[in-house]
Amino acid sequence: MSTAVDSRRPTGDPAGSPRGAQRKSSASLRHRLAERGIDTGLLMLVPAAVFLIALFVYPFTYGIGLTFQPSVLQQEKWGGGIFANYVAFFKDPFIFDSIWLTMRLALPAALFNVLVSIPVAFKLRGKFRGKRFMTTLLVLPITLGTVLTAQGLLIFAGRQGWLNRFLMGAGIIDEPLQLVNNYIGVLFSLIITGFPFAFLLISSYLSGIDPSLEAAARTLGADWKQRFRRIILPLLAPGLATTFILTFVLAFSVFPSARLVGDAMGSTRVMSLMAFRAFGEQNDYPMASTIAIMMGVVELAVIALVLLWRSFLYKGSTGGKG
Amino acid sequence: MAITASAFESLELTDVGRSFGGHDALVGLNLTIRAGEFIALLGPSGCGKSTALNCLAGLLPLTHGTISIDGKRVDTLPSEKRGFGMVFQNYALFPHLSVEKNVAFGLQMQGTPKAEMKSRVAEAIALVKLEQHAKKLPGQLSGGQQQRVAIARAVVLQPRLVLMDEPLSNLDAKLRLDMRTEIRRLHQSLGLTTFYVTHDQEEALSLADRLVVLREGRVQQIGTPAELHDKPANWHVADFMGYRNLIDLTVETVTGQDVRISGAGFSLNGLAAQPVSQGEAVRLAIRPEDLTVVEPGGAVRDGNTIDATVAVVEYQGREFAVGVQTAGGQTLHVRSAHAPQIGDQVTLTASASRALVYRSNLDEDASGSVPELAAVRA
Amino acid sequence: MATDLIVQDPSADASAPQTGRVRRRAAGTSRAPGDKALVAAPSTWFVWAGMAAFLVFLLGILSSVIVDSFGKSWFASWLPESFTTEWYSKSWERFDLTHVIGVTLVVAVSVVVLSVLIGVPAAYLLARRDFPGKKLLSLLFLLPILMPPITFGIPLATVMYNVGLGRTLWAVILVNLVPSVPFVIMTMTPFIEQINPSIENAARMCGASMRQVFTKVLAPLLVPGILAAAILVLVRTVGMFELTFLVSGPTSDTLVVAIYRAMTSAGGGEARQLVSAMAVMYTTTMMVILIVALRFVNPTQLVARVKDSRED
Repeated sequence: MSTAVDSRRPTGDPAGSPRGAQRKSSASLRHRLAERGIDTGLLMLVPAAVFLIALFVYPFTYGIGLTFQPSVLQQEKWGGGIFANYVAFFKDPFIFDSIWLTMRLALPAALFNVLVSIPVAFKLRGKFRGKRFMTTLLVLPITLGTVLTAQGLLIFAGRQGWLNRFLMGAGIIDEPLQLVNNYIGVLFSLIITGFPFAFLLISSYLSGIDPSLEAAARTLGADWKQRFRRIILPLLAPGLATTFILTFVLAFSVFPSARLVGDAMGSTRVMSLMAFRAFGEQNDYPMASTIAIMMGVVELAVIALVLLWRSFLYKGSTGGKG
Repeated sequence: MAITASAFESLELTDVGRSFGGHDALVGLNLTIRAGEFIALLGPSGCGKSTALNCLAGLLPLTHGTISIDGKRVDTLPSEKRGFGMVFQNYALFPHLSVEKNVAFGLQMQGTPKAEMKSRVAEAIALVKLEQHAKKLPGQLSGGQQQRVAIARAVVLQPRLVLMDEPLSNLDAKLRLDMRTEIRRLHQSLGLTTFYVTHDQEEALSLADRLVVLREGRVQQIGTPAELHDKPANWHVADFMGYRNLIDLTVETVTGQDVRISGAGFSLNGLAAQPVSQGEAVRLAIRPEDLTVVEPGGAVRDGNTIDATVAVVEYQGREFAVGVQTAGGQTLHVRSAHAPQIGDQVTLTASASRALVYRSNLDEDASGSVPELAAVRA
Repeated sequence: MATDLIVQDPSADASAPQTGRVRRRAAGTSRAPGDKALVAAPSTWFVWAGMAAFLVFLLGILSSVIVDSFGKSWFASWLPESFTTEWYSKSWERFDLTHVIGVTLVVAVSVVVLSVLIGVPAAYLLARRDFPGKKLLSLLFLLPILMPPITFGIPLATVMYNVGLGRTLWAVILVNLVPSVPFVIMTMTPFIEQINPSIENAARMCGASMRQVFTKVLAPLLVPGILAAAILVLVRTVGMFELTFLVSGPTSDTLVVAIYRAMTSAGGGEARQLVSAMAVMYTTTMMVILIVALRFVNPTQLVARVKDSRED
C-alpha cells in the first residue's frame, strides 16, 4: 500500500514528512505538485495500483526469485547451483523442445487468423442485409470456448466423425484421416478459437480508416488494388501488428486443446503443458516458475520483433473515427 | 425572477502564472476586472490565452499568483464553487440531455426548487430564442443553436463572471456576425461581466470594453479598443492589430517623438511609438489603409514617398487593396482609390503620425512585470 | 465503376440516401457487398467460399456435440441409434452442476463488478491526465494481457497456496482479476478519450462537484463502454481455463474446469456423452450472454458511436 503511494509521488518532499510541509505553505507545494500533474485526483489510481502490485508485480517477482531456488532433485540432476532450473530448461530436450513445438503451433495459427481476417473484414465492411447475422455467426466460436471446441473436434473430426464419413462417402479418401490427437487437431482448434478475435479487431481497425481517404485515392485514379496496397494497407498495418500480437498470445498459451485434441507427450507438447506438469504433477514450484517465466520471455521476444517491425510503419492518425 | 448577474465590485488577478513542467504557458498576468466589463483576451493560438481562461475558471490549478474577488481569494476554490459560467469553443453540451435539461443542469446542482428552476430555464431558453427546440437533444441542433444553448446554460446560473472560450470559432462567417451581436446584447441587457478569449482581433475590438493582448504567455498590452487600434505597444501587437506592413529600417535622426528612418531603398518620417535612438535597428508599422497610392496631382503627406510596382489588385468595395513591390524587394499592402494596372509604377505616401516606429527587439521592452516576477519566484 | 454504385442501393437508409451512397462509393471493394451483382469478382467468391467452409466446420463441431449429448450408443453410423435426455440429468447429478454453475456465476459476476470498479477510475486517469510514471504504469497494465496466463499464473498460484488461499473461491476470483482489470482499462481508456473533456469542464462550471460530474454526466456517457467491457470480461472469465485451473479445487471449479477434469479424469475419462451434455450447457449459457450482448453493443462500432454523439 505504502509503496503504491510512494511510487506515484517521486517528487514528494525528500526530507521529512510531506504532510507537515503541506501545512506550512499549502499553496506552494500544491502549486509545485500541480505543475507535475500530481493532485488528489490521482487517488483514483490507488485501487488499480494496489491490485497490480499485490496480484501481479509481487507474485511475479516472487516467481522469478523462486526460479533461483531449485529443488534438491534438479540440483543433483543438472548441477549449476542456483541456476539448476535454467540448466535443466536448456539441457533437458524434453522441456527445451517444447519451445519449438509451441512456436510451430502458435505462429502459423496467428498468421493464418490475421491474413484470412483481412479479406473477410473487408468484404463485410459495407452495410448490407444480414450483416449483423454474419458477424454474429463469425463471433460465435467465442462462446464455444477451448474445451467445447476440443470435444467437438474429437467427435466431428474423429475417425468415426461426420467429416471423415462425408469425405469417404464422397469418394475423396479411402481411409479415415487422422485429424485429432495430433498437430492438425490443435491447429484447427487454435484457428477456430482465434479467428473471431482477429476478425473483430481487424474490423474495428478497418472502420477506423476514414472512407474519404479512399475516395480521394479513387479520384486520383487508383484502382482497387492500388488503393488497397498504397492507402489501406499502410494505414491498417499497425492494427495488423497489434492483432497479430494478440492472437499470437492466445495461441501461444494453448493448453487445454493441446492436451485434449493433441498429442500431449509428443507433437503438441507445448510449453504451458510442461509448466503445468511441473506445477501440478511434480509439485516442483521452482521448476514450474522457471518454465513459466521462460515461456513469457520467448513470447515477449516474438512480440518485441513484431513491435520493432511496427515501429517502422506509419504511426499517426488514420484520419477517421478512430 | 429575472436573470441578472450576481453583484461584485472587482475581480483581481495578481501575477497569475501557470507552467507545465518547466515550460511557462502563462507569466505574470495582472488584471483588474470591474463588474459589468467586457474583457477580451486576444492572441495567436498557443499564446497561453486558453491557459489563462482555464486558470481563471479553476479548471487548471495556478502555479503562481492569486485571483481574488473583492479581496477574497478564489483561486483556492474548485471551479464549481467559484460561481462563474463558461461557454466552450466546441459547446460541450451534454449529449445525453435535452436542451432543457442541459440548461437546468447547473440549477439542479444547486438544488434549486422545481418551480423556480422551471421558470428560470424557460426564461433562459427564451432569451436565446430556442423555445421550439427545448425538448431536442444537442445532436439535433445546428452549430449556432448549440452555441445558444451553451450560452443559456452559462447565464441561467446568474454567474459573477461569464467566461467564453472562442465561442464563435466553429461557426460560419454570417452566423458569427449574428452571434457576435447576440453576445453583446446579452452582455448589456443582463449586466454580465464577461471574459472573452479569441484570436480574432476584429471580434475582440467590436465586442470588448478592454483588450488584453498575449504573446508567448506574457501580456503585451492592456487597453481600450481605440488605444490598441491606434497605439499598439510594440510591433507584435501592431502586427496583430492589422498593421500588415512591417518594414525593418534604421533610425537616422531622432527629434523628440519624430524620427527619420531609412533603409530598403527609401527613407520616411515616422512617429516613435517606443523610445529609439539614432542608428538603432527598428521596425516600421503601417496599416494598409494608411499607406495609399498618390493620385495623379494628389498631395504627398509629410514628405513621405515610396516608389513601387503594382503586383496584385483586389477589389474591396469602395477601394482597391493593392499589393506592391518596392525597388528593394519589399512587398507592401496598400490602398488605392482607382484600380492600377499590374506592372504600373506608383508612388506611395503615408502621414508621419501613422507610420509607427518600434524597436525590433521584443523581449527587452515586454511588460514591466518580468523583473518583479523573478523576485516573486526567487 | 461509379455508375454501378448508383444504380442499385437496396440497403441504403431511406432516411439518408445521400450518405448511404457516399459511403457505398467510398467502400474499398470494386463492388459493394450489398449490391445485387450477377458477376462478382473472383476474390469475392473466394472469401465467401472460405467463410462457408469455416461455418460448416463450426456448425459440424457444434452439432456433433449436441447430437452426441442426446444420443444413445452412437458409434459407426451417421446418427445415434436412439435419442434421450438422460445424459443431462446424469451429468447434472454426477458433477453436481448446481454447485458448479453457482460457482461459475459467483466468480463471473464478482470479477466483472470488481474489475469495473477498479479499472474504470484508472482508465479515466490514464485517458485524461498526465503524471509522472504514467508510461510505466500503462506498460505494467498491459503486461498481464500480453503475457501467457501460465507465465504469471504459476507464480501467482504458488503465492495463493502459500498464503492458504489455494482451492478457494477467493483465489479463483483474484486470479481472474489479473487479466480482467487490465482488459477493462485497455478498453475503457480509448473510450473515455473519445468523450470531449470540455463536457466535464462544462459540468464543473455549472457547479457540479467531482462526484456529481461522475454520476450525472460521465456515468451516462460511459454506460455503453462499461457495458461492452463488462460483457467481454464476463465471457472471458466464464471461458477462462488456465488461471482458474491452477488455483481451483473440487469446491471452486468453474464449469470449464469441471468439463476439462471430466474429460481427463483418470481411467480414460467419463462417458463421452456426459461431457457433451455439459459442454452443450456451457455453450448455451455463453451464447445467450453473447447474443444478448450483441443486441446492445456492437463491439466494432464502440468507438465510432461515441464520436457520433459529439458535434464538432
